[in-house]
Amino acid sequence: MIANYGYKDGSGEYYISIDTDQCIDCAAGRACLRACPKGMFETMTDDYDDEVVQIKAQFRRSLAYDCTGCKPAGGHTSLPCATACTPGAVKHSW
Amino acid sequence: MSAGEKKEYWRWEESCWVDESKNWRNARIVTAGIDVGSVSSQAVVCVDGELYGYNSMRTGNNSPDSANNAIQGVLDKSGMKLEDINYVIGTGYGRVNVPFAHKAITEIACHARGANYMGGSSIHTILDMGGQDCKAIHCDGKGKVTKFLMNDKCAAGTGRGMEVIADLMQIPIAELGERSFDVDVEPPAVSSTCVVFAKSEALGLLKSGYTKNKVIAAYCQAMAERVVSLIKLIGVENDFFITGGIAKNSGVVRRIEKLLGTTAAKTKYDSQIAGALGAAVFAYTLMQKQGASKVAA
Repeated sequence: MIANYGYKDGSGEYYISIDTDQCIDCAAGRACLRACPKGMFETMTDDYDDEVVQIKAQFRRSLAYDCTGCKPAGGHTSLPCATACTPGAVKHSW
Repeated sequence: MSAGEKKEYWRWEESCWVDESKNWRNARIVTAGIDVGSVSSQAVVCVDGELYGYNSMRTGNNSPDSANNAIQGVLDKSGMKLEDINYVIGTGYGRVNVPFAHKAITEIACHARGANYMGGSSIHTILDMGGQDCKAIHCDGKGKVTKFLMNDKCAAGTGRGMEVIADLMQIPIAELGERSFDVDVEPPAVSSTCVVFAKSEALGLLKSGYTKNKVIAAYCQAMAERVVSLIKLIGVENDFFITGGIAKNSGVVRRIEKLLGTTAAKTKYDSQIAGALGAAVFAYTLMQKQGASKVAA
């Protein structure tokens, strides 16, 4: 399942998508949990009883601000979460 | 209505229905789904996996009370008791506050399963236009979610936004859809990014000479554009289905269909109960897995 967490408002679309099929047997040892400097990722059991990763609820409406530090303007050339997820399950829409 | 009493134009019709051709006492498994949403609450009871009855009403200021009131409507109408129900699943914003639920499942999964029940296995894209959020969902032929995206940050494109416009125009919410087509020329959409701005813009349009119908048409168009831009982010794969209260508004639905270039699948069921129905079907599947035995005498 491709789970998109985030929002769209007048300023743009801000979604982090997670391919949970790749999360089930994570080949990266849940590296995304440690890679995000803000600790935005967490594990949970989804509706189909699989343990996957999601974005914590308190961050879902403020991604444009919370992720700023990891964007090029914050000095990063690649996103720590997407880089840590070697199976390529994590993507940003912006 | 007495003088000074304010008419509530936003108030949509609550409903309670039981299939009297079925006898729940003969059922092997009785399950229920309770969808406590931000605006409306529904309780659906299924007997042996088939829809038996439902109650749809406005959510109060207390989720447990809303859940109790919703299920009580079906129980009163059917002569059933809460103990007669084998398994209950809660869903929606208030899903963790359903006191008699055995399990909580997200409304995303439940709407997909409910749409699958209502529209059949050909349904692959679902647009749930809820009271305070909007969800675009992809599912497989069994109603299992394969992709989803939601927007709950702003009220534009939601049922609550439509309620605000109904009150502003002083036209019953159930009439908005058809009245939006009673215009000479289709107007451009009002602001589609915020209900508060849309409300101000609507007032401005009225002052500039727009008729009420034309303002409603502009708002329906804005709402359609808003949700279509959302659903396009995940793509549309036919068949396409709309759930939630806005599915009853032809003014929005037909404009969405025009923008997408496709027709939404029709159903004989009340689109507002999709989440609760999905929860009840989930409960039935779980009971089957657990090898449920007959409980009703």
